[in-house]
Amino acid sequence: MTELNNSELIRLSAAQLAVKLAAREVTSVEVTQAYLDRIADVDGQVNAFLHVNAEEALAVAAEVDAIRAAGGAEAEELHELAGVPIAVKDLIVTIGQPTTAGSKILEGWHSPYDATVIKKLRAAKMPILGKTNLDEFAMGSSTEHSAYGPTRNPWDLDRIPGGSGGGSAAAVAAFEAPLALGTDTGGSIRQPGAVTGTVGMKPTYGAVSRYGAIAMASSLDQIGPVSRTVLDSALLQEVIGGHDPFDSTSLTDPFDTLVAAAKTGNVKGMKIGIVKELHGEGYQAGVENRFNESLELLKEAGAEIVEVSCPNFKYALGAYYLIMPSEVSSNLAKFDGVRYGLRVLPKDGPMTIERVMGATRAAGFGDEVKRRIILGTYALSAGYYDAYYGSAQKVRTLIQRDFDAAFAQADVLISPTAPTTAFRLGEKLDDPLAMYLNDVATIPANMAGIPGLSLPGGLADEDGLPVGIQLLAPAREDARLYRVGAVLESLLEEKWGGPLLAQAPELKNAALGTASNSAGGSN
Amino acid sequence: MAAINRDDVAHLARLAHIEMSAEELDRMAGELAVIVDSVKSVSEAAGDDVPATSHPIPLSNVFREDVVGHTFTAEQALSGAPDSFEGRFKVPAILDED
Amino acid sequence: MSTDAILSFEEAMEKYDPVLGFEVHVELNTKTKMFSSAPNVFGDEPNTNVNEVDLGMPGVLPVVNKAAVESSIKIGLALNCKIAESCRFARKNYFYPDTPKNFQTSQYDEPIAYDGYLDIELEDGTVFRVEIERAHMEEDAGKLTHMGGATGRIQGADYSLVDYNRSGVPLVEIVTKPIEGAGSRAPELAKAYVAAVREIVKNLGVSDARMERGNVRCDANVSLRPHGRERFGIRSETKNVNSLRAVEHAVRYEIQRHAAVLESGEPVIQETRHWHEDTRTTTSGRAKSDADDYRYFPEPDLVPVLASREWVEELRATLPEPPAARRKRLQADWGYSDLEFRDVVNAGVMDSIEETIAAGASASVARKWWMGEIVGRAKTADVDPSDLGVTPQTIVELHKLVESGKINNKMASQVLDGVLAGEGAPAEIVEKRGLAVVSDDGPLLEAIDAALAAQPDVAEKIRGGKLQAIGAIVGGVMKATRGQADAGRVRELILEKLGVEG
Repeated sequence: MTELNNSELIRLSAAQLAVKLAAREVTSVEVTQAYLDRIADVDGQVNAFLHVNAEEALAVAAEVDAIRAAGGAEAEELHELAGVPIAVKDLIVTIGQPTTAGSKILEGWHSPYDATVIKKLRAAKMPILGKTNLDEFAMGSSTEHSAYGPTRNPWDLDRIPGGSGGGSAAAVAAFEAPLALGTDTGGSIRQPGAVTGTVGMKPTYGAVSRYGAIAMASSLDQIGPVSRTVLDSALLQEVIGGHDPFDSTSLTDPFDTLVAAAKTGNVKGMKIGIVKELHGEGYQAGVENRFNESLELLKEAGAEIVEVSCPNFKYALGAYYLIMPSEVSSNLAKFDGVRYGLRVLPKDGPMTIERVMGATRAAGFGDEVKRRIILGTYALSAGYYDAYYGSAQKVRTLIQRDFDAAFAQADVLISPTAPTTAFRLGEKLDDPLAMYLNDVATIPANMAGIPGLSLPGGLADEDGLPVGIQLLAPAREDARLYRVGAVLESLLEEKWGGPLLAQAPELKNAALGTASNSAGGSN
Repeated sequence: MAAINRDDVAHLARLAHIEMSAEELDRMAGELAVIVDSVKSVSEAAGDDVPATSHPIPLSNVFREDVVGHTFTAEQALSGAPDSFEGRFKVPAILDED
Repeated sequence: MSTDAILSFEEAMEKYDPVLGFEVHVELNTKTKMFSSAPNVFGDEPNTNVNEVDLGMPGVLPVVNKAAVESSIKIGLALNCKIAESCRFARKNYFYPDTPKNFQTSQYDEPIAYDGYLDIELEDGTVFRVEIERAHMEEDAGKLTHMGGATGRIQGADYSLVDYNRSGVPLVEIVTKPIEGAGSRAPELAKAYVAAVREIVKNLGVSDARMERGNVRCDANVSLRPHGRERFGIRSETKNVNSLRAVEHAVRYEIQRHAAVLESGEPVIQETRHWHEDTRTTTSGRAKSDADDYRYFPEPDLVPVLASREWVEELRATLPEPPAARRKRLQADWGYSDLEFRDVVNAGVMDSIEETIAAGASASVARKWWMGEIVGRAKTADVDPSDLGVTPQTIVELHKLVESGKINNKMASQVLDGVLAGEGAPAEIVEKRGLAVVSDDGPLLEAIDAALAAQPDVAEKIRGGKLQAIGAIVGGVMKATRGQADAGRVRELILEKLGVEG
């Protein structure tokens, strides 16, 4: 039916797939099977997936195909992305598949309920390919803190794919999925996007329901899209977004002009602010070069580049590392071996519930999780609350004020997403502070609840690895990011002669361009 | 602010219900000391006049109407339980009396 | 279990001045839980009134029940509290298997209601003002059952079972300021205070207020100080004293125990005590220590509750009359004596009498039926009088039947039995059982003739003016008619027959 081979099929964007599916040039089963084949071929090297959901994904695909084949009202009513497969970060609970949060403590656990975003994916009839790897409970910037082994960066398998959502970013970068869901607490969607050459969007806090995303830090967490194009992220955010009565922090704003904004990108006359504190010292030269190149392109396209200062950003990382672990210490208390998940009995001594909880949590949590729980317990404990948690909450106010002042001078802000390109596996594993510094440019948006988009900005000269450009807008102005992001993306792609991912190396043993499209896609 | 030491970590680990070996306590104390040192500037960043922000996007009065929704069966409720008995979660003794 | 030494209450009072404090937890009777839409129902199969929120499953979020907030505001208003314009929830962090998230979502430094008072009337009419510090919203924990031990207590248990049906049930915790000056009336005041809170929440309709089900639970703080000293002594907190009688006994016992400790020259230990109804004593729980570091912080998954003055006034307008004021009004309206009214209140039929009067009965008729007929039957059936199944309408109908002479009081009592047996409405039962008073004089006259003939000496006495003898003849007639005759009419007819002026 299709003239495209699998290698071409999996390289289409979600928007392109949606057009071909609607025109019945290709079936969802073909597309879904092509992705499942790709996962089978390359995921042994990438380790993006913790669970592959082939059977259910194909069943949903077949259902969509049947509806399209039958035509009529039901076919008309299908969502634009119906039949387009998607991968889901394994922090988001799903009926019918295990949810581990990348932790031993939830090994084998099956949620009896679906996250709100999963209900929305099901309503849109998007086949769920599986659950992607992450740093345990989303704590990390490299996916090395997963209890199930690290994910590797498709650009260089010896390097990290970022974190915590390295699995989702790597899956999309390695053409194992056209779309994925991530969660972003301090940069976990955007930083992996930056180092894998993909697009990642952290929506305004409250724009997407958190119900069913296993909480790391409740006041910072936000679910968002991971994709290969800006338009695809906009399409996906419109699927998963919207008010949810099950999340008290969910916004009632419609967020329904995102796709239109991505399609009608224009920066003429816009003021784009460079944040003085979010580039320069501490940023890799290749990152700075690509960042400056993007500024030039935007200027040429008619934007006015201004410089703004956010002096309190220097406290953001410190405040984040007080607020986040405080909330972590409370949110992760529920993992105690009583109601679900792992239970470990103490080796010796009295067999009380208290000791069983202690042994379970000792065995079930990894070092980084323990570190943050202890740090958070400290920050909240009697006598320290005011100095730590209380002060950090005040810094949050200062950061918001900085953003307010900056957005009085600029429509959007721009910075590199991460200070460096992907580092080598193990390079920062023993130095928590160095690891934390990866999020220095992404954290302010979480602290203020504003939206942030990362898109590919090219390859660093010194190592040939992807660099991410981050755009920030005021709260509720997600559409503005898609509008500017789409312009910058098209300017860059024009310069590169195609998508950045086209320059990614072929994965070893990958079956790209071979006859593998018959593997199961023929039904 | 006093530096964080091994005894502090042992106390915190007890509060957090995470058993830790002597080596772990030592290692954690060292790591936390570095982290705590790096975040201490936060306590001097803002004056008394700065209000705390606990919610990035301020909302208020988000309520649910008092209408009964879905429930689990006992089987569903207990589906992930490490141990259960007669429709209830089973846990070891609460007090140590041996 | 070692028994603590105690001093006699009188001796304790001679030397020491008690200071009390109460934390009363009220379970609200909303349809759903505080933060989830699972039903708030008592006594169902374990772990069936739960969803993912109540089980603290990964990924869940709370949403506040509006009805629970409104009930809390009503309680605050009824306790003469100020209602906070803005308040928040916080997390109280501690690990316990009945607490599914290992933190309780509660209010900490921002309660919804604060600075109130309650005037408590003691038995002799003395009014004692108890100051309310705060009333705040929180959620209940699940229920633990301790297995394998001899007593079902946590001590000696091999393992415990957890039912989370109660997890998340809305609670309002009412905290008093220290109560000083009660002296030897402290135990009585304790009981009266908890009774008053219970009555208020019941009257508001916000709680089922059944202490035996744990709808109202009391933690009682007691400390002693020598007479004349201002500084408070060290207090104990006796947990879960769950009946009015137990509140009185527990406070009295703790006063006696503290006095004995102080007399021995030892300091009182600040600790939790457990109340034992069987021995009427308390035993030591755990000492308060730095392990009680609850690491409160604002609940990040919930947003502030803003109680606009309009909203508060709307709720205030719906408040029923306070119970004490209502009692005063009803007694005056009904014209009952103090003793009569106290009996009515103690029998728990004040509301029923009010409804019966509203349905058309007079105050004395309503009291006669409820106190004379229904309370006794309820006692036999071991239910509350109001739960026996007698409606005000039934009483009004019964009374009409008696008043019109259709049936007499004895029959009316039988008809009531018939109503309770489900035989139908009173008129129907009169019909079915053939209970109507015989009003046709013909059969009556025959029966009178027979009775007079059977007792000629009595008839003679009556003719001679000894009217008190008439009872024997009336009795004979009633017997012959199996009680269906109207005794008054029978008497009239006998006198007529014998030509005697009544």
